[in-house]
Amino acid sequence: MNEGYIPILFMLALATAFCVVVVILSRLVGKRQDSSEKLMAYECGNIPTGNARQRFPIKFYIIAMLFIVFDIEAMFLYPWAVIYKSLKLFGLIEMVLFVGILLIGFIYIWKKGALEWGSRNI
Amino acid sequence: MGIETGTVMLSIIGPEVVLVLAALGIMMTDLFVKSDSEQPFLMWIGFVGMLGALAVSASFWGKEAAYGFYGMVVADNFSAFFTTLFLIAGGLTLLMSSGYVRAQGIAAGEYYTLTLFATTGMVLMAQSTDLIMLFLGLEVLSVSLYVLAGMAQDSTRSAESSLKYFMLGAFSTGFLLYGIALLYGACGSTRLADIGSVLAQKQILREPMLLAGMGLLLTGFGFKIAMAPFHRWAPDVYEGAPTPITGFMSVGVKAAAFAALLRVFAGSLAALSPHWKELLWIGSVLTMTIGNVAALRQTNIKRMLAYSSIAHAGYILIGVVAGGSAGTGAVLYYLLVYTLMNIGAFAVVITIEQKGEKNLNLSAYAGIGSRHLALGAAMAVFMFSLAGIPPFSGFMGKFYIFSAAVKEGYIGLTIIAVLNSLVSVYYYLRVTVMMFMQEPESGAEEAAVFFHPALAGVLLIAIFFTVQMGLFPSSYLQFAQDSIKMFL
Amino acid sequence: MVGTTQYLVLGAVLFCIGVAGVFIRRNAIVVFMCIELMLSAVSLTFIALSRSQGSIDGQIFVFFIMTVAAAEAAVGLAIILSLYRRRQTINVDEFDLLKW
Repeated sequence: MNEGYIPILFMLALATAFCVVVVILSRLVGKRQDSSEKLMAYECGNIPTGNARQRFPIKFYIIAMLFIVFDIEAMFLYPWAVIYKSLKLFGLIEMVLFVGILLIGFIYIWKKGALEWGSRNI
Repeated sequence: MGIETGTVMLSIIGPEVVLVLAALGIMMTDLFVKSDSEQPFLMWIGFVGMLGALAVSASFWGKEAAYGFYGMVVADNFSAFFTTLFLIAGGLTLLMSSGYVRAQGIAAGEYYTLTLFATTGMVLMAQSTDLIMLFLGLEVLSVSLYVLAGMAQDSTRSAESSLKYFMLGAFSTGFLLYGIALLYGACGSTRLADIGSVLAQKQILREPMLLAGMGLLLTGFGFKIAMAPFHRWAPDVYEGAPTPITGFMSVGVKAAAFAALLRVFAGSLAALSPHWKELLWIGSVLTMTIGNVAALRQTNIKRMLAYSSIAHAGYILIGVVAGGSAGTGAVLYYLLVYTLMNIGAFAVVITIEQKGEKNLNLSAYAGIGSRHLALGAAMAVFMFSLAGIPPFSGFMGKFYIFSAAVKEGYIGLTIIAVLNSLVSVYYYLRVTVMMFMQEPESGAEEAAVFFHPALAGVLLIAIFFTVQMGLFPSSYLQFAQDSIKMFL
Repeated sequence: MVGTTQYLVLGAVLFCIGVAGVFIRRNAIVVFMCIELMLSAVSLTFIALSRSQGSIDGQIFVFFIMTVAAAEAAVGLAIILSLYRRRQTINVDEFDLLKW
């Protein structure tokens, strides 16, 4: 059964070799110029403003934390969707309950102002 | 395999459903009713929810074990006993909190919601017949308590306590999970009943994977019940957490972990009992000795009660080691007794505590007994009971546990335990002596007492049961014995 | 050929690295990451065992481990954040108000 994987192994080796060769070649052939533009932090082509290590608002963290929780809950939707047909009405009711409880949590953080970006102090 | 799995049967998790609905109700009320008078109202929603859950779980009592969710949860006498215990602990905690939360400026909505969620987790742990459910119940309980431990406003100590509890709780969860994984590898199932039947049939009892899994599982549970050498977190967390939550943790989490310990070890892993009984024997001796000796030199009342709670976990472990009808029954009886007397002791601490964690030092208790006679007498009752002095219930609890141990031939363990309880008398009585016989230091401001009707109610209930269960223990013991039939 | 044993050994090694990290590292976030590593090691063990036994229980368990780990991460980061705002540090050795 292992023979089927040989092309993949071959491709893997080829890809690795290509990367290594290109990196080494560019080191050997290219000229090194460290201009100030080149050493600038890359921010999608915009002129960077300020130091990259600056502190940024705590609200990012709060949004990220809320995101983790709600994101993971969505994980349960996939297996549910796969066997939805065989679960029939029971599956639907269970998922409505599940999403309903999540919805209450969502309303709660919304009303508490955790999603406000404005002046509200959290 | 084995049990009839059947259908979903939502009614089996009826107590949890009622508790969660009450918790969601508190959340929504907190959002949409914006007035200052709402606070006691929120507490009462939670309290009514607890009563409702109690009624549902009482309806399970005395019936055949009924399985729900395809055999993942069960409603039997054992779960009904523990659900009752958790709801008593939770209900009294809510009553204790109502004045405290306002006085300390804690966000009431979140506080009550999380208390109810923690109770839900405990009930789920007692009802689970599958390690997945057990893990979920434990996490619902733990995550709620991580937050609750840090809820005291403007207190860096509380936040620190929360972080420590979180770090060590998550760490111990890792051990518990790894133990479950290895057990699953050795037995091929996460169902407790299946694990039990596999172990009863096969000759795999010395398989390293199985033994390692058992050891890791024991480590995980050891953290939760603060068994030495995994007890180090308890004093710090108990000191920093809001006082009603400390009381709740010291009885509720402990009882929930013991419920799960009994279900897993006395139930499914009974075939391995020579191995785990040896470990628990050592754990029990270490736990009570370290708890009692460390409690001797504490000056903060919450820290002292924390070490005392570690010591009591040691006594309860003796009952688990002894096993059988007498030992396991004594464990359940002791947990019930301990819940009421310890919550009572914490209610007194809350009465004397002032905003900003003042008056937690033992010296603040000097002379309170002579100025507030009733309060001093209440504290004396709880301290005598915790020390195991007759006629209070703590004595009967110890008596049943020790006699079960003697009957099973654990004489050495019993002698160590009796010596330990003698040591413990010193620090329990010191509090009483402080309250009645010493005058506050001259110049020190007189400790004011914080009075709240709900708190007085908690004290009365706790005193009543501490005395009554000591004088008439037989019906409570019968209640405990009826709950453990399935282990025999 | 990589079999179940190799996965179990990898899981055990990762778990031990996590445990060692919890004891060695002093930064609260790094300690927390080590705990997450322990949970991931357990997940790997579960999946390997589930595969070798042909039962799906282990994979279901991993779902719940992931969910719980996410909930713990959210709560844990919030706790670390609130403590940082009070103490301006996340070095666990400096959290010494309570005798550790």
